[in-house]
Amino acid sequence: MSSEIDTQQEQTAIEAKLEVSRRWLLLSLGVAFNGIMGAILAVPVARYLLSPVKRDEAYKSWIPLGSADSFPVGQTRIANFVNPFRRSWDGETAGVACYVRRIAVDQFQVFAVNCAHLGCPVRWFPQSQLFMCPCHGGAYYADGSRASGPPERGLFSYDYKISNGQLEIDAGQMPTLSNTAKLVTIDNAKGNSPCAS
Amino acid sequence: MRILKQIYDWLELRLQLEGPVKDAALHSVPRNTASWWYVFGSAAFTLLILQIVTGILLAIVYVPSAGQAWSSLEVLNHQLELGWFLRAVHGWGSNFMVAVVLVHMAQVFLFGSYKYPREFTWILGVFLLLMTLGMAFSGQVLRFDQDAYWGLGIGASITSRIPFVGGSLVHLLLGGPIIAGATLSRFFALHVFVIPGSLLLFAALHVWMVLKLGINEWPMPGRAVRRSTYLLDYKKLTHEDGVPFVPAALWKDAIFSAAVLAAVVVCAVVFGPFGPSGQPDPTIIHTVPKPDFFFLWMYAALAYLPPAMETPFILIVPVLGIAILVGLPFYAAEGEKSWHRRPVAVIVLCTVAISWGVLTHLATFTPWSPHMDAWSSDPVPAEYLHKATPLVRQGAVIFQAKQCRNCHALGGLGGERGPTLDSIASRMTEDQMIRQVIQGGGNMPAYGKNLSPAEVTALVSFLKTLHPENEIPAADASQKEAQNSEAVPPKGLKR
Repeated sequence: MSSEIDTQQEQTAIEAKLEVSRRWLLLSLGVAFNGIMGAILAVPVARYLLSPVKRDEAYKSWIPLGSADSFPVGQTRIANFVNPFRRSWDGETAGVACYVRRIAVDQFQVFAVNCAHLGCPVRWFPQSQLFMCPCHGGAYYADGSRASGPPERGLFSYDYKISNGQLEIDAGQMPTLSNTAKLVTIDNAKGNSPCAS
Repeated sequence: MRILKQIYDWLELRLQLEGPVKDAALHSVPRNTASWWYVFGSAAFTLLILQIVTGILLAIVYVPSAGQAWSSLEVLNHQLELGWFLRAVHGWGSNFMVAVVLVHMAQVFLFGSYKYPREFTWILGVFLLLMTLGMAFSGQVLRFDQDAYWGLGIGASITSRIPFVGGSLVHLLLGGPIIAGATLSRFFALHVFVIPGSLLLFAALHVWMVLKLGINEWPMPGRAVRRSTYLLDYKKLTHEDGVPFVPAALWKDAIFSAAVLAAVVVCAVVFGPFGPSGQPDPTIIHTVPKPDFFFLWMYAALAYLPPAMETPFILIVPVLGIAILVGLPFYAAEGEKSWHRRPVAVIVLCTVAISWGVLTHLATFTPWSPHMDAWSSDPVPAEYLHKATPLVRQGAVIFQAKQCRNCHALGGLGGERGPTLDSIASRMTEDQMIRQVIQGGGNMPAYGKNLSPAEVTALVSFLKTLHPENEIPAADASQKEAQNSEAVPPKGLKR
């Protein structure tokens, strides 16, 4: 009799265990299902978030800065353009400024206004033929090469071409040390100090 | 009154909050922690609530669009009744919050509160500080003016220095190739949803642990923390020399929090809102961007680092700093809490505080930056040109016209990038001055290409007059010898 009760008890205990493990199984199934859905949703979310990350070329295009004749030979002038990659709600932030230096009739240099140090807008001083930065005191010579201060290199310059008398530059993104903003060649750095190596 | 009691009972039957709230309020804290030194954490929390409330009130007017954000702030400042006041309270509340969080952190560091078993409370605190700074920076971005625009430019330039992924991270940070509408929108999402959400969650866990583990006891020299005994010791302390948190300690928290709120309101009324400064128009380059107060120290540090050290410094130091802060409670989980027995901790805290203060002070007048309009606005002191020859006067004109003044001060006016030149002639000889002007060096650009020989002569003849009356100008001794011997030329040399 007692053994019968024992077996019955054992039976119920086993059933209880089984029942619990069935619930656990269902819960694990539910968790796994949610995990799979999470993973499936993560893909579009990540792609959505990463959508601004593009190759530099994807953002760049040739932008006219106006007639080449509007830039006198031997002078450096500021020119504004509207960034080709823009949204309708960008407002005035879609505008970009750059410096155009006309060395000779067919020879230009177009610099970004952003200091090569930390991107502040440099100002051109024609009297001393220097670009000076208001943030940390970087200074550049007229040809864009580094004169003094914290920048490690010269001003960023844009590629340019003349088509139909228009000066065009290859631009579209904020120049920083990590993108393909062209390095100013030091050979042209005529204003450079002979002491600077 | 009876109705109120009935409402309370009705709610209590359903909410059942009375028990946990009573437990939290009446839990025993060591008597000596009911101190004015223990009020900063609650003040930071009060400021967080103030920021959330004023932030929501501003959000019902503010337009997070690059084309309209600036003008919506102008409307808040000038057209909407008391809009200026809410902006001012939010802005000053932000400054006070960063300040109180920093003071709170310094206090718990000095009191050794990060030791066992409160390590994780400290670690969450480190992240709370980082998030508070994140709120301060993203808040500055939402004030979409020139400082915000160029501040983002600085952020992007720093990000771009990260090897390999820098360029992609810049695109991610800006939401595109340039600082524009997409940039503002994502910073709005960060400032309004992402950071405050995690900030509230972390702050709640932070307070939860303070309640569960008990407030750090007043550190006594000689009473070192041991993992094996601390929990029992603390329990004994709260039993033998404890007071209920409410009202023994809370009244000081309450008064200090209210005082901080009063200070925010007074600052808001007296000093008004922050900006916005000029419109965020990137084609207006005649601007001198500057970060908000609590980022000025970084601005100064970035000006003084040698160029070659800058990228490693920017990339390594923040990571190292955060790692040290997070690692601190693991390195020093046991031992003395009292500052009387922790000289290194005291020295570190003083060093950090003084460096921070000095860098912040320097950034208020930026001696490293040329004064962009000094050449046209600060005249050469008239007394420097008394009895001056025409050549000297011509030199003074060149000195101004070639913008030397932007970096060099005369009579206390002008840039501070280069040395003051009031007594340059007692420090440098004529030849040295000519060389310096033409070749530059030592952080001075070379002017050889921009000055004709005649201009250099005039400029240096002006500089030669700049010495105190009772001091003779610097001279090259050998040159004097050579001049003296000129009368008798060496043999074999024709003159």
